[in-house]
Amino acid sequence: MSHVGYVLGLADDALVAAQRLGEWCSRAPEMEEDIALANIALDQLGVARMLLTYAGELEGAGRTEDDLAYLRSAHEFRNVRLVELDNGDFAVTMAKLLFLSVYQRLLYDRSIGVGDERVAAVAAKARKESAYHVDHSSRWVVRLGDGTEESNERMQAAVDLVWPYTDQLFEVDPDVHALSVAGVIVDPSTLRPAWLAAVDAVLAEATLTRPLDSDSSVVRRGEHTEALAKLLAEMQVLHRAHPGARW
Amino acid sequence: MTLFDVVAAVKDPELRVLNLAELGILRDVSVDGDAVTVTITPTYSGCPAMDLIRADIESALHEAGVSEISVKTVLDPPWSTDMITEEGRSKLAAAGIAPPGRVFVTLSVRCPRCGSPATEQLSRFGSTACKSLWRCTSCLEPFDAVKAI
Repeated sequence: MSHVGYVLGLADDALVAAQRLGEWCSRAPEMEEDIALANIALDQLGVARMLLTYAGELEGAGRTEDDLAYLRSAHEFRNVRLVELDNGDFAVTMAKLLFLSVYQRLLYDRSIGVGDERVAAVAAKARKESAYHVDHSSRWVVRLGDGTEESNERMQAAVDLVWPYTDQLFEVDPDVHALSVAGVIVDPSTLRPAWLAAVDAVLAEATLTRPLDSDSSVVRRGEHTEALAKLLAEMQVLHRAHPGARW
Repeated sequence: MTLFDVVAAVKDPELRVLNLAELGILRDVSVDGDAVTVTITPTYSGCPAMDLIRADIESALHEAGVSEISVKTVLDPPWSTDMITEEGRSKLAAAGIAPPGRVFVTLSVRCPRCGSPATEQLSRFGSTACKSLWRCTSCLEPFDAVKAI
């Protein structure tokens, strides 16, 4: 995966996560949660916009953030499958958010000072926002896991469902490895021990069991579940029907 | 009034009591002949007010007689609530919005109405990206607080 591919991967993770979180708007279990999820979606969208703009510049073909968000098909998106999965019940959404936000916080933390100054600047800004996302999802996972019998069962089921998709967060290919050796970007595979430790601490406090590591050898980018095509159909419909439409 | 003052006086659209200088997002105003370049930084990555802020800066400069205006956004160094000026903090408190504590030393949030430290957080996310929602357990009033970041 090229340098552009790496940046697009980070951007698409944030963009697709924002779109999924936005689906909760007006449907969350309570008003405060509705506002919280919309705010987290907004943070993710902000990061996505900055990184998509940068990816377009790196690519050098004149594509803008809108071109990249609205005019690519599912197979061109480079997000991990974790973020495109359906929201499911609230527990599934929180499991997804916990796993993603712990990963993003570590990635952004370590991206400060990397050779790619644009990524470093976005990361320096986003890491503080990520800390709030980690905190919010951790509290919910603990509250539900260490709650009633039913909330515990459903939180455990959510963790079990989503867990196999977390492998993909840490996949690297030779190009990314080479770029990280050169100090340009962070090698995501190096984040795994710290990610596991952070996630384990939350699961333990939530009285949840961490599923056994899956051995799914998935290709990180470019292969998606059918959920992504449906998500994109909704996200892109306006722009495709009215090219260049503005608010 | 210098052009810097003109831009500095533009109000933040979400925290209406603060101007851009008090909020700490105005980095630079440079003049090159007839052209004026303003450099600002976003509070949050996804701050939806940025487009409006840009438009407000342009119209303020326009009124001051400037026709060639460009507004640049920079990320580095990232904005922090520590960049809100002392005057900005006083204005927030006066408007019933709890000002942020210094990052990493915030212990509790005082009620901006009655000053009581007996407050509880209702949600870590509030009416805008930069605020959280609180309630005072002394005077029972709910209030917004600017999150330390």
